[in-house]
Amino acid sequence: MAMSGERAAPSASMVERSLGVALAEYATQTFAVTMAEVQKLYHDPLELFTRAVQPVLWLMLFGEVMARVRGVAPGNIPYIDFLAAGILAQSALFVAIFYGIAAIWERDLGVLQRYLVSPAPRSALVLGKGISAGVRALSQALIVYILAFVLGVGIDLNPLNILGVAAIIVAGSGLFSTLSLIIACIVRTRERFMGIGQVLTMPIFFASNAIYPLSLMPPWLAWVSHINPLTYEVDALRALMLTHGASDYAISIDFAVLLATWAVLTSVAARMYRRMGY
Amino acid sequence: MQVSVSMPDDQKSVPSHDIVVQTMALTRDFGGVSAVDHVTLTVNRGEIFGLIGPNGAGKSTLMKMLTTLLPPSSGTALVAGCDIVKEPAEVRRHIGYIPQLLSADGSLTGYENLLLSARLYGVPRQERKPRIEDALKRMGLASATHRLVGHYSGGMIRRLEIAQCLLHRPIVLFLDEPTVGLDPGAREAVWERVLELKDRFQRTMIVTSHHMDEIDAFCDRIALIDRGRIVAVGTSAELKAKVAPGATLDDVFVRLVTGAGEAEIGESYGDVRRARRAEREHG
Repeated sequence: MAMSGERAAPSASMVERSLGVALAEYATQTFAVTMAEVQKLYHDPLELFTRAVQPVLWLMLFGEVMARVRGVAPGNIPYIDFLAAGILAQSALFVAIFYGIAAIWERDLGVLQRYLVSPAPRSALVLGKGISAGVRALSQALIVYILAFVLGVGIDLNPLNILGVAAIIVAGSGLFSTLSLIIACIVRTRERFMGIGQVLTMPIFFASNAIYPLSLMPPWLAWVSHINPLTYEVDALRALMLTHGASDYAISIDFAVLLATWAVLTSVAARMYRRMGY
Repeated sequence: MQVSVSMPDDQKSVPSHDIVVQTMALTRDFGGVSAVDHVTLTVNRGEIFGLIGPNGAGKSTLMKMLTTLLPPSSGTALVAGCDIVKEPAEVRRHIGYIPQLLSADGSLTGYENLLLSARLYGVPRQERKPRIEDALKRMGLASATHRLVGHYSGGMIRRLEIAQCLLHRPIVLFLDEPTVGLDPGAREAVWERVLELKDRFQRTMIVTSHHMDEIDAFCDRIALIDRGRIVAVGTSAELKAKVAPGATLDDVFVRLVTGAGEAEIGESYGDVRRARRAEREHG
């Protein structure tokens, strides 16, 4: 029987696709996954508002009390300023670390199989998911900025700094959501995942410079904090977000650490993601 | 091994490039038990090929291997001319798969679901909109284009999934229980569309179902799988003739299946639970 005249050219021409075409296709596939998540937010934006609650509580309750304790924040920045950047990173972390549960949910529904039978490289799927987690976190950044203003935090409104904050937030959330995806690929059920998610968030949060500087920590904890990506995220956020903020490591180092960790996690997750189709 | 492969006569003269799916001793073990055990079969271009068998016989496992979701333990298969083990990415370009679970995303509109697929399958930008609109129209969903899929009926979701599979014009479509959980009207609507694809575009389709009446009416050839093995292959008439004169496909099923899937592998408790949950979600 003759081939249907309607069908596109067969595989021979596809094999000869140039690198540029392949890259463009990879970008489109990544964008497709991110856009689908953004469209979901557009249809049901309620979660963006409920997520605002946590940073508000941390800044207004914890922050206001801790601001009375002298000597926590280094140098001469007020503690509430010091804390604002940390809480921004923390609230993004707390959302990202549970991102994997969506993958388990999608697997249970059958939506995930649909991604996996598509010709998109698994890394494009994972990267698209990671970027979408970053985009979601940007809404939290907006809320923390507004709140910080109300509380009189010295915020740097230079557009370049704001862009820098956005980039760091996307990288940090992408990284932690991809870590979360890896955990989801291992545990595979929601119940187990919830337990592990809780266990993970606390050490990542407390073994970092989010609410107190490394200089106050015992040496072993400071060492752990040095290998914690959240420390680098917070470090860059302090420098970019605050008028009196400064980076301990240099913003370029922070950014490089976040991107490199994200890249490694993405390649690991891409290998494990396919097993979710079994 | 109990593989009785009886091909209809006209097939022997068909040239090999018209074989769209060819499995060669395809096997998948789960913890020492073979869910699919040395399955060898061929499916020809333009055929609707039915897979029947008890729960846990290996139908879904076989489909997952052919769609590259699950790597085989041994053996291999050619799908649309590509090897599922050596070039799974190439296979994926040429197939469409509708899993047993509902795979359309309920929190996106019909259009957005199709746009996602079009982008993932590399449909050129300027062709996306016309192809999506055409696919929705063909599946009778034009009026529901911008509604959230969460508000679709079960039958509409199935038709949307078929539309989703058509955007990249696959050579072969895999439909795993496409009518599960649908009322008779919705079932008929799904089959109407499937037949149209076959008649107008010569698409090849591999279908599983527990509804013997559907398989009998719509499939050109049928394979009966039991405990991971092919028990019989042929047209509906050939299978019935094996059992008794005047037998129905139900009789064929009951007579040739030895043990109702006690050792369920592919469709474990978790799968059933997930399927039920998915159905509840999508109504």
